[in-house]
Amino acid sequence: MDSARRIFIKNTSLVGLLVAAGFFGARQARAELWNQPAFNATSLEEALVNIVDGPLLESEDIKILAPDIAENGAVVPVEVVAAMDGVESIAILCEDNPNPLAAVYDIPEGTLPEIRTRVKMAGTSKVVVLVRAGGNFFRSSRHVKVIRGGCG
Amino acid sequence: MKLRARSKGDITDIRVLMLHDMETGRRKDANGETVPAHYIQNVTVRHGSRVVLFAQWGTAVSKNPFLAFKITGARPGDRIQATWVDNKGESRTDETIVT
Repeated sequence: MDSARRIFIKNTSLVGLLVAAGFFGARQARAELWNQPAFNATSLEEALVNIVDGPLLESEDIKILAPDIAENGAVVPVEVVAAMDGVESIAILCEDNPNPLAAVYDIPEGTLPEIRTRVKMAGTSKVVVLVRAGGNFFRSSRHVKVIRGGCG
Repeated sequence: MKLRARSKGDITDIRVLMLHDMETGRRKDANGETVPAHYIQNVTVRHGSRVVLFAQWGTAVSKNPFLAFKITGARPGDRIQATWVDNKGESRTDETIVT
């Protein structure tokens, strides 16, 4: 299976096998590349349900670097460093955004479990990071105060 | 897009800056009309033929997205290629050489 297709959704292997076997058309293959239920979720819980398969543990091995106070919610720099072994994916969510899930990154072997990116935040909120490592899910969060919301 | 890959020892730092409006579908234009959602959904970065990062993005990634990460095993002269695909099916691919 194309490694680009290894993504962060439930039943990935089954869906992947079916896609590889040609059971699904382009629309379904696209669905596998983009976790629509998780991105369309309107609450943190709903997004998590569509990503996490199994227990979700708080972890101090996830470092989230972000400003304590962000002047402009349209551009909030976020850096994630996951210190645990076997990191497979990193997801970034802004709890109080209209759609909390911002990004999911697959981390293949050979890529360091560190990501820097910029997200929009509608207002002051927790930034929640999920890490999948060794088939298990871990989370951590950081509070960011936003002066001017940026989810227009 | 702007793509840069610099190696230092066995670690190569890759930075990608994409030009894209990343419209959420909630913003209103000057006439009060809602601007339709238009945003990158997938980014794939390859070192040679090997995928070194695969991203799924929603509307909460900032306009003109920036992405930085590190890989091992790349050497100066190697090819790094990045491709994005948005929700309208538009895409763009650019490449650079590791320095």
